[in-house]
Amino acid sequence: MASILQTALELGLISSLTVLALFLSYSMLNVCDLSTDGCFTLGAVVGAVVALAGHPYLSLPAAMGAGMLSGLVTALLQTKMGIDSLLSGIIVNTGLYSINIAVMGGASLLNMNKTETVFTKLKALLKSTPLSGTYKTVVALIAVALVIAFLTWFLKTRLGLAIRATGNNPDMVRSSSINPAFTTIVGLCISNSFTALSGCLLAQSQKSVNIDIGSGMVTIALASLLIGRAFAGRGGIARKACGAVIGAIIFRLVYAAALRFHMPAFMLKLVSSVIVIIAIAGPYLKSRYPEFHRRMTHRAGKEEK
Amino acid sequence: MLRLTHISKTFNPGTVNEKKALCDISLDVADGDFISIIGSNGAGKSTVFNAIAGSFYTDSGSIFLDGEDITLQPEHVRAKKIGRLFQDPMRGSAPGMTIEENLALAAGKGGWFSHISRATREEFRERLSLLGMGLEDRMQHPVGLLSGGQRQALTLMMATFNPPKLLLLDEHTAALDPATAEKVLALTKDIVEKNALTCLMVTHNMQTALDLGNRTLMMDNGRIIYDASSDMRSRLNVEDLLVLFREAVGKNLDNDRMMLG
Repeated sequence: MASILQTALELGLISSLTVLALFLSYSMLNVCDLSTDGCFTLGAVVGAVVALAGHPYLSLPAAMGAGMLSGLVTALLQTKMGIDSLLSGIIVNTGLYSINIAVMGGASLLNMNKTETVFTKLKALLKSTPLSGTYKTVVALIAVALVIAFLTWFLKTRLGLAIRATGNNPDMVRSSSINPAFTTIVGLCISNSFTALSGCLLAQSQKSVNIDIGSGMVTIALASLLIGRAFAGRGGIARKACGAVIGAIIFRLVYAAALRFHMPAFMLKLVSSVIVIIAIAGPYLKSRYPEFHRRMTHRAGKEEK
Repeated sequence: MLRLTHISKTFNPGTVNEKKALCDISLDVADGDFISIIGSNGAGKSTVFNAIAGSFYTDSGSIFLDGEDITLQPEHVRAKKIGRLFQDPMRGSAPGMTIEENLALAAGKGGWFSHISRATREEFRERLSLLGMGLEDRMQHPVGLLSGGQRQALTLMMATFNPPKLLLLDEHTAALDPATAEKVLALTKDIVEKNALTCLMVTHNMQTALDLGNRTLMMDNGRIIYDASSDMRSRLNVEDLLVLFREAVGKNLDNDRMMLG
């Protein structure tokens, strides 16, 4: 039981980096970045290849840099080339599939069983301390803490404010003499670097990467983000960011619980889809209820007393 | 100050929806001018503003601001020199961000990675108190919670925080209730005078058009059809304006928001 909880916590923390990426792109920039799946895999494969080459620490910035590049392409397509933002995400996602296989040297699976990674490094470091069993959680926790600290700082800077305003009212950004195309590009580069870091850490923690590691990530992360939003409620950036992380952990806990009750593992993605549908359609349907009620109670063709 | 030379713009050229929105407009605005613009629906009043602000590029002609050719300058670059208010009070500020954050963006102080400093915050508070709406005590509130009038006043302050070379007011009080509209108009007058701003204002209120500023333009069908300034203008009343319009165009001035009083 304890190990199930720990796995959920670990997976939740690692995937919460993707949730934080969507927090930036979806909640702040108002861009639904559908290149998330491919970018997650890109981070995983780049990180794996660099780690396999014997650079466990370098693998993290390398993955983030690759993610940034992918975000740059997605952003350029939608701001400079007239491609719709959803479509540019899909296009980049498709293109990344080939790139990811190319990065893995034509294979669709890489094994890191004997590879040194940040996880094995920390495992060695924590050996014979009380934390030795939780080294994966520790790595993920550090990464999450750094990303949250960065976001809370960054989103209060002038550039961060401009990025938030871009999703809120692009007209106003323009009248503040800032080009919304520029803020979109910066925002997507940063968010995709987090997505890639997330993928990189997941691959290294499970010591293998395959081409499907990121499939469905965008929906899972969106579900986590929306769960987290319900929990965090109103508040500052830090609170909302922590909410996103909690959402990711809750998602994994619920999933782990469902597995205990013999839900087959392949149901994960359906569950995430249903959560996103409920979280987005729920409030909409609720707002439509009065009209529905009116229709039901109105007796057609009869005068009301 | 502002100089338009033979500006033209046609929307959807070569289609059934072709619309000659601006036809060969030339205009010279002197430093410190406050010009009111009136005209019927679709006369091209807002379109002129869009052309000046850079929402689109004109098909022909040139636009000079303070001696600089801005004809092909992107909108966000011109925004450094041009402040603009729209009829819709929601257009000028970001509802999900606080008053302070909105102001910080408009003020544009410091580098990309700078935070709002205590001194800047004090300055915001002082400036907000000038609006007389109590906004200085609500700086941490999201702008989305403000009323239309408060938002328009805030937008006015944001647009003039760093005094622009040119202020464009596009019926900026039309969506407000009469009392609030009057207040925002008084604020506008105050800010324009204090900073000696050059200002163009579209209005649907004929009396306001004559009361405010030093020059009145009348537009119809993408052209400036009448230009009244100085002595001649001071003798005009609303009825004269309507007669002038009928003489120039051959039909009655027709604007569904027009207020004659």
